[in-house]
Amino acid sequence: MLNRQQAPDFKQVSTINFIHPQQKNLSNDVPVYIIYSGEQDLVRIEFLFNNVNWNVEKPLQAIAVNAMLNNGTSKFSSKEIAEQIDFYGAFFQTEYAQDQSSVTLYTLNKHLASVLPIVKNVLSDSQFPQHELDIYVQNQKQKLQVNLQKNDILSRKEFAHALFEDTAYGVDIQSRHYDELRREDLVDYFKAAYASNNCTIVVSGKFDENSFELLNNQFGSNWEKSNAVPNEFSFSKAKKQSIYKERPEAIQSAIRIGKIAVNRKHEDFPGFQILNTVLGGYFGSRLMNNIREDKGYTYGIGSGISSLQDAGYLFIATEVGAEVCADAIVEIYKEIDLLKTTLIGDEELTLVKNYMLGSMLGSLENVFSHADKFKNIHFFGLDYSYYDNYIQKVKSITAEEIKELANKYLIIEDFTEVVVGKR
Amino acid sequence: MVDFNRFTLANGLKVLVHEDPTTPMAVLNILYDVGARDENPDKTGFAHLFEHLMFGGSVNIPSYDEPLQRVGGENNAFTSNDITNYYITLPAENIETAFWLESDRMLSLAFSEKSLDTQRNVVCEEFKQRYLNQPYGDVWLKLRPLAYKKHSYRWATIGKELSHIENATMEDVKAFFKKHYTPQNAILVVGGNVKTEEVKKLAEKWFEPIPAGEKYERNLIQEDPQTGERKETVTANVPLNAIYIAFKMPGRLDPDYYAFDLLSDILSRGQSSRLYNSLLKEQKLFSDINAYISSSLDPGLFIVEGKLVEGVAIEEAEKAIWEELNKLKAELVSENELTKVKNKVESVLVFSEMSLLDKAMNLAYYELLCDATLLNQEAQEFLKVTAADIKRISNETFNRKSSSTLYYLTEEHA
Repeated sequence: MLNRQQAPDFKQVSTINFIHPQQKNLSNDVPVYIIYSGEQDLVRIEFLFNNVNWNVEKPLQAIAVNAMLNNGTSKFSSKEIAEQIDFYGAFFQTEYAQDQSSVTLYTLNKHLASVLPIVKNVLSDSQFPQHELDIYVQNQKQKLQVNLQKNDILSRKEFAHALFEDTAYGVDIQSRHYDELRREDLVDYFKAAYASNNCTIVVSGKFDENSFELLNNQFGSNWEKSNAVPNEFSFSKAKKQSIYKERPEAIQSAIRIGKIAVNRKHEDFPGFQILNTVLGGYFGSRLMNNIREDKGYTYGIGSGISSLQDAGYLFIATEVGAEVCADAIVEIYKEIDLLKTTLIGDEELTLVKNYMLGSMLGSLENVFSHADKFKNIHFFGLDYSYYDNYIQKVKSITAEEIKELANKYLIIEDFTEVVVGKR
Repeated sequence: MVDFNRFTLANGLKVLVHEDPTTPMAVLNILYDVGARDENPDKTGFAHLFEHLMFGGSVNIPSYDEPLQRVGGENNAFTSNDITNYYITLPAENIETAFWLESDRMLSLAFSEKSLDTQRNVVCEEFKQRYLNQPYGDVWLKLRPLAYKKHSYRWATIGKELSHIENATMEDVKAFFKKHYTPQNAILVVGGNVKTEEVKKLAEKWFEPIPAGEKYERNLIQEDPQTGERKETVTANVPLNAIYIAFKMPGRLDPDYYAFDLLSDILSRGQSSRLYNSLLKEQKLFSDINAYISSSLDPGLFIVEGKLVEGVAIEEAEKAIWEELNKLKAELVSENELTKVKNKVESVLVFSEMSLLDKAMNLAYYELLCDATLLNQEAQEFLKVTAADIKRISNETFNRKSSSTLYYLTEEHA
């Protein structure tokens, strides 16, 4: 007779294999890291550039340049660029992040030789035509207007600015910043940032010798260097701040609470990630259990830690019914206090450990995810021993260590608290 | 190519297995053939509320999430107008835990009052977060009842109104479970680092003892052909005027489905598309413009939507959309343009095979459509579409009399 009350046997994840990249340099010394997998006839090529020459008077330079890269070169119009990329079924994506700007090409192998020259043209010869800039400015200002009506987005902006002030991590973008964009500045920024000596290439997928030659033929020469200075920021110690932005018609309030903490380079980081998981890092977390599953105050609540080059930070974020906003905040602090005063029980700790190991294993779904794991360490000056340590830490951490970390990092007196809506 | 093996248990549960030895993970995906279209008009939002209740413990297992997390697994689910789909990913060596959990909640739920109370609140907060407390968040709550008059697609998955969710009773929950959550109404897909023989044994052990239940015979009221243009204007506290035009198109199984998919790509996939170039870049009427299809099982919608540049009259913007649609009715698309969208689809299909979960979900969905082998024939179906097909369906579709237009205006324009 089947006993449905009895859980089947299971094993904790024991080994996790990471695919390490092969490094090669283009003729002009641009480093290329290749994570190879031959299962599908496709490849992803990422061109990553440090953000440079931070100027608070022109906070949108890097963002606008990245977004407008494919808006025209001296050879092709924006439409022609798009038509060629699309014709070959390829995807050309630009992404701006706080530390780096990137351009990613996804293509089937059979079209690689056809699309690489277009990407090269874009990365070395973008012109930022004035008429395209005008459209960009107009449409971005409209998007901003819509976003400024979203409590969640407002709370993010307020929070980032409170923590990181007028740096690239925190600057509060306003409509006038778009009006102030000048074509000449974009051209200058493009030359400074999208230079061969500021580029790292990460390739994942089916990429053989022949493909490397194609890449080298395009990007290994005729690509200028620059003497730009990568951004570097330093921040004062975390301090208590409380920000309330009232939105009289809100039926839900967005809450964002957190503080500057450590980033991936710090030895506490893996332990801090475990602490975060217990607090709000997964569906069974303390915050979810209390504020969603027990109280029903919200559709979702979570916490996360973010690792930037010059700072790390912890945040707790949710949107709750306006009428229960104050109660939700009380419960959030209650959960934090509990972590600082009471040892986590064995059962919960084992569950979190197993969950995190399974989650790490599952996050290596395909060759692209292996490349992402590489980027996480490479750009922080770490090697694969980081993951060995991480896995070891997850397996071995004790309840006492978690409590210590909670007392070290979850200092409520240092927290920034943002509420947008009603409370 | 997504290979699979397939068998059916004695109680009618269909099982598909996709062996992928390149991953250490496994996926267990279960699709229930029930969605918001199966709801009673006075109790809408119920299929989705029910999805939440599926996580509130089952007859023999008080907590669903905890035992799964304990073995390194994760899960989630979604509800659409057509289906409800649940999935688990976990280390393959722990796959039996997924069978244990998933089979017990197909057997029966705990039906706890506490869970119902909480999830009513959670879903109401979801309703507010996604539909009420967002600019333009309620568009589909307005557009569906404009486009559909009889069919149950006239309400959104979240439901017509908060009160329907607030008023849900335990009696409703039990009846819904009995009617829809039976082996005969489900499709199970197991994928990843598993072997078909092993999956078969586990399926027989955990799922086969579940009583077959009654087969749910769907008998939905179908929409009459639309014979007149519909227009509605709403005003709200939003910063920009927006327009939404919905046209009727055939259901997912219609042979023309692939042509419609390509038609929406021609209009709005990527920066080389027609609407983007003509209306946003050249004429500068819109700051955001899109065309897409609802891909529903019963006859669906072809949507064109956009946010207007400040100062542009909505009639002018609407006229410009129609000019683009009329071009498709009058002129054949070039071979070059058609090849372009076909190449893009080919890429999308290859890239979608990078995700084990996507493969498992797709197998379940295509098996529901009629046969999972369809999934592997899709690329061929897209290739068959001709320029003449695109022109023909444009003529059948882009007509005033079968359109529903929603003006979503800022309060200044009221």
